[in-house]
Amino acid sequence: MAAKEKDKEKDKEKEKEEISFETAMERLEDIVGKLESGDVPLETAIELFQEGMKMSQLCGSKLEQVERKIEMLIESENGLQRKPFAPANEDRGE
Amino acid sequence: MADRTRIFSIKEINRYIGMKLESDNLLNDVWLRGEISNFTHHSSGHMYFTLKDKDSRLKCIMFASHNQRLPFIPKEGAKVLARGNIAVYERDGNYQFYCTSMQPDGIGSLYLAYEQLKRKLEDEGLFEPARKRPIPKFPKAIGVITSPTGAAVRDILITLQRRHPSVPVLLFPVSVQGKGAAPSIVKAIEIMNRLAEVDVLIIGRGGGSLEELWAFNEETVARSIAASRIPVISAVGHETDFTISDFVSDLRAATPTAAAELAVTSVHELRSKLSQMESRMVQMLRMKLQGRQERLARLRRSPVFLNPRKYVLQQAQLLDIMQERLRNRALRLAERNRETYKNLFAALNRAHPGGKAALANKQLQAVTGRLESSMAAGMKERRLQLLASMRQLDALSPLKVMSRGYSLVYDEHGTKLVKSVSDVQPGDLLKVKVADGQLECQVWGLKGEA
Repeated sequence: MAAKEKDKEKDKEKEKEEISFETAMERLEDIVGKLESGDVPLETAIELFQEGMKMSQLCGSKLEQVERKIEMLIESENGLQRKPFAPANEDRGE
Repeated sequence: MADRTRIFSIKEINRYIGMKLESDNLLNDVWLRGEISNFTHHSSGHMYFTLKDKDSRLKCIMFASHNQRLPFIPKEGAKVLARGNIAVYERDGNYQFYCTSMQPDGIGSLYLAYEQLKRKLEDEGLFEPARKRPIPKFPKAIGVITSPTGAAVRDILITLQRRHPSVPVLLFPVSVQGKGAAPSIVKAIEIMNRLAEVDVLIIGRGGGSLEELWAFNEETVARSIAASRIPVISAVGHETDFTISDFVSDLRAATPTAAAELAVTSVHELRSKLSQMESRMVQMLRMKLQGRQERLARLRRSPVFLNPRKYVLQQAQLLDIMQERLRNRALRLAERNRETYKNLFAALNRAHPGGKAALANKQLQAVTGRLESSMAAGMKERRLQLLASMRQLDALSPLKVMSRGYSLVYDEHGTKLVKSVSDVQPGDLLKVKVADGQLECQVWGLKGEA
């Protein structure tokens, strides 16, 4: 029973992960619009509010990721390769 | 054949030749390369000169309205590229070149190539706003095609870091000037499209001279940008540099830094937008709850809840009043109905056909009486009239006269009355009527009265 609950939790986490930032943002804007239109019943409003908060937190957590991945593509005999890239500090006006 | 014999005036034929030249597409907009000679800048502002090369020469004019914008002063012997149209000068019967723009040759040929390609692609519709794909609001990954060394790539990465540190960047290093630049840029765009990892491309380089930026004015580069499925932000040189790539791309950024700003929304902006939306949601929900609570409180303060017994009693009283009213109403209604019934019944009785018949009978009897008495009176009067008439008639009757001794003489058939001697001949038989009979006679003689 507890194991099942845990699985469910995991599924939910996964689901959250799979929603893209853009989708979450659009859903959030949609929810705010619905709430502001003012013609939703209270129960629906509470549900919307909870979902909106979830979306907002999801977006916020995605914004917290500060690990940038910068890769450079290099062509070689073995096809395309990738390596991390750090810009050189020189200014040649190109 | 008849129009072969038509003779034209000089003006007419010059005008005809002029029309012929004007209808030619090439001559309407043409670029020429040559050397300036016989240059005069007239006081009117117009420029008159000849363009020549080693084999040929052409009279040219450049009107003041066009030469005011010249980027250089034309000089005797200067090699130039000139754009304009060929037309006939009717008065003198010669054709000349009407120059609209001019550049020193050399760098000018690059300008010319740029202008020509720009027009060609524009005519194909490659610059149409409708072709431009939208730049995604929140790209999952950004492709950068530029030189791996230099200011552009650094500006782009620094700006992306500052604004939105979490979006991955895929850099495709290319050379951005020199002979190999155009093909390497084209290949980079193709590979990026094949990989399909990024959803927006930044293509560009820092500032430079026209020659240094030239790769971005190449047709191959322009066409591969136009063909890219991934939306392209172009960022070539400075604010003032416009390249063909800028025109075909989906979004033109003034500088590489600006391109990075256009590619991602700043995290700060997004954060403040998120918190703004959160507080709006909270406020909305609070208002909704508050509204509901107030309504609930109002309802609870209602006398129904405060003193339900009083309410019931009030209602009972109201019920009594209503019942009383109802009964009165019913009684009044019954009364009114009875009244109505009575009136109707009387009216009905008045309208009973029995009464009508008796009345008619009476009327009939009266009329009959009147008829009878007027009949009797009429008869009596007529009887008296008749008697009087009979007495008159009797007095007039010939029988009465005959009884006094008169007789009536008829012809032998007793049909015609003999009134004159000329009515008969001697020997005619006659019938003579007297009062009590008839005599058969014959005429013996005639004697008229003198």
